[in-house]
Amino acid sequence: MLEDKDRIFTNLYGREDWSLEAAKKRGAWHLTRDMLQCGRDWICDQIKASGLRGRGGAGFPTGLKWTFMPKQVGDRPHYLVVNADESEPGTCKDRDIMRHDPHLLIEGCLVASYAMRAHACYIYLRGEYIYERERMEAAVKEAYEAKLIGKDNVHGWDFDVYIHHGAGAYICGEETALLESLEGKKGQPRLKPPFPANAGLYGCPTTVNNVESIAVAPTILRRGAEWFSSFGRDNNKGTKVFCISGHVNKPCNVEEAMSIPMKQLIEEHCGGVRGGWENLKAVIPGGSSVPLLPREICDTVLMDFDALREVRSGLGTAGMIVMDNSTDIVKAIARISYFYKHESCGQCTPCREGTGWMWRVLERMARGEAEHSEIDMLLDVAGQVEGHTICALGDAAAWPVQGLIRHFRHEIEERISNYRIGKPLVQGASVAAE
Amino acid sequence: MAVRRFDLEAGGDTFEFASETEGKISFWLAKYPEDRKRSAVIPLLWLAQKDNGGWLSEPAMREVAERLEMPYIRVYEVATFYTMFRLQPVGKFHVQLCGTTPCMLRGANDLKEICQNKIGKAFQVNESGRLSWEEVECLGACVNGAMVQINDYYYEDLTSDTFAEIIDKLENGVEVEPGNFVARQRSAPEGDAITLIDSALFDGSVPAGISALPNAPSELPESDLQPLGAKTAKVKKAKTVKAEKKAADAAIEATAELPEETDDKKRPEVVEAPAKGETDNLEAIKGVGPVLVKKLNSLGVFYFEQIAAWGEPEMAWIDEYLSFKGRVARERWIPQAQELAEKKKS
Repeated sequence: MLEDKDRIFTNLYGREDWSLEAAKKRGAWHLTRDMLQCGRDWICDQIKASGLRGRGGAGFPTGLKWTFMPKQVGDRPHYLVVNADESEPGTCKDRDIMRHDPHLLIEGCLVASYAMRAHACYIYLRGEYIYERERMEAAVKEAYEAKLIGKDNVHGWDFDVYIHHGAGAYICGEETALLESLEGKKGQPRLKPPFPANAGLYGCPTTVNNVESIAVAPTILRRGAEWFSSFGRDNNKGTKVFCISGHVNKPCNVEEAMSIPMKQLIEEHCGGVRGGWENLKAVIPGGSSVPLLPREICDTVLMDFDALREVRSGLGTAGMIVMDNSTDIVKAIARISYFYKHESCGQCTPCREGTGWMWRVLERMARGEAEHSEIDMLLDVAGQVEGHTICALGDAAAWPVQGLIRHFRHEIEERISNYRIGKPLVQGASVAAE
Repeated sequence: MAVRRFDLEAGGDTFEFASETEGKISFWLAKYPEDRKRSAVIPLLWLAQKDNGGWLSEPAMREVAERLEMPYIRVYEVATFYTMFRLQPVGKFHVQLCGTTPCMLRGANDLKEICQNKIGKAFQVNESGRLSWEEVECLGACVNGAMVQINDYYYEDLTSDTFAEIIDKLENGVEVEPGNFVARQRSAPEGDAITLIDSALFDGSVPAGISALPNAPSELPESDLQPLGAKTAKVKKAKTVKAEKKAADAAIEATAELPEETDDKKRPEVVEAPAKGETDNLEAIKGVGPVLVKKLNSLGVFYFEQIAAWGEPEMAWIDEYLSFKGRVARERWIPQAQELAEKKKS
């Protein structure tokens, strides 16, 4: 188990006070000016050396991303935008950071903004996080009053933090949709290029980072890149907040070292799977958009980017959804499909039409009311949605379906056969209804 | 995609922001660049929804459009895209039930049945007008499933029993505090804590243990940070600037003595104050603020045409009177006034 002294989010559960004085005692805002004095190159190099990969799902190296911003500020200001639109089913880690350790995030915003020559930062919270927003506003106010941020602050870099919020659209977690939304439009993703680093918020150079990626940065600089990279395997360094929900005895968020075996994570921190490990049916390891894994794989798989990719899934946001043998797995994935149908922004046809179609077919399959040939058809449609849309929502909708068929095809087939024995298929009865 | 339509009739014809909301509106508007007011559309719609009993009516959307100088259709577009904007009336307590897979695995479907039995159909306000409900997608509290959001806050770790109790209480006028509904610290695992128990994390020894940054370069690079020593000087300077500005304002405010008229200085012609107060909005001239308008009015200047007719002597007189040092010419008051007067005519 990760030792307490190596945890970054020491107030993850809110047992201690969130406010400035207590946060300083836990190490926040310590040596921050020194970090800035070491220069932008040093900051980016340290973050690169630490091996930190973006914590929002895609896993892009954070330090590298920061270097993509223009090296000179032209007539357009630079912006940092923090993606706190946490809506991926299974994921609730940023929420804890914002309500219990807000100062780590604000400090991270300052350091990252300095590294990218930005004087302003917007934090885009999802609309439902009203409590978290109030907490962030309070923490930002404290930081202004203590002159940690703002004009003529003690760090010598004029810097403003603004809290913004959305209103319940999952798609706004996609970075360009988030920028659209921040500009006061509907959240429909933009075509790339141009990438936000060239033309982002208000057409200005912008970098969008996840809350966790930004919030860990100051601690990495304070404790050294080697310290952070001493956890996890190569290419998968650091510590990470995992969220474990579903059929475990004690669902929870917990910060652990990367590359921890999934089984160890569940048994040590969550009191095991309900009814014992043998009762495990499947785990969705990285938020609803990644393919599920059956128990045989869960036995040995490590929780990191590469190990999960090798088994054709992904670490995503590290929001694990655990399902035991009582789960109707087809129904569970159908519910995820409904989620994507509901959250599609409607801009690209394959996604707008495909997500609804996949959901309707899966709902029928959950009852067995389908034909065997439709399984391959479903797979085919999923393949046509995947990769043919502006943003990754199309992929995210296709992957859970593909994962289901890859690992539980027999279960769907069995269900269809049973349905037919009990009730002969009537021609035309299985037309996708709606 | 969620297709949504709004209730045209229930909203009536008018909407006004509550007076205490005005401060909040300014608070939000201050967050965005001057020419990007539109960015505030979601926050303002949210405030409008609050002031309109939990849902957005058409007049409310129009009001937001007006405030942000946006075409109404763009506001409508936003309001119908985001599902937190409710387009039909809701109960005093609106329950948003998370039904997505992680909560479903923890019993969200049972909670849904309770909603159906105790409140009725989704999106319908119950008889007493106190409750309504809808199923929403993931609310981002998955390790605390099953959970609901009632109005603003989260009610977590619910079972059928605890949830039914909450609904009954709300229906009977008893407030219920949000939070965890099992003995548990937020998102921590139930039972005795096994992590974050080292007291050294919280007593200040963490920062004390780090006296310098590891890996810091032996020579610091050239920096564009403001040096700390100069900071006080700068603050002082900013203060002086502010004070000077204040003094200038005060000078304008104070009734200065009327300058003598000479060959090249002439007081502008005085016009009687209009009876009904129908004067031109002199603030439309760039460089003229409310204080100056008062001042000009006191001199008997009320219309664009008057300023447009000024010549060099009048300009000089005004300049001296307001101790402006050539600002009237610099800010092109006269050409501006001429344009505005033209516009007024047409």
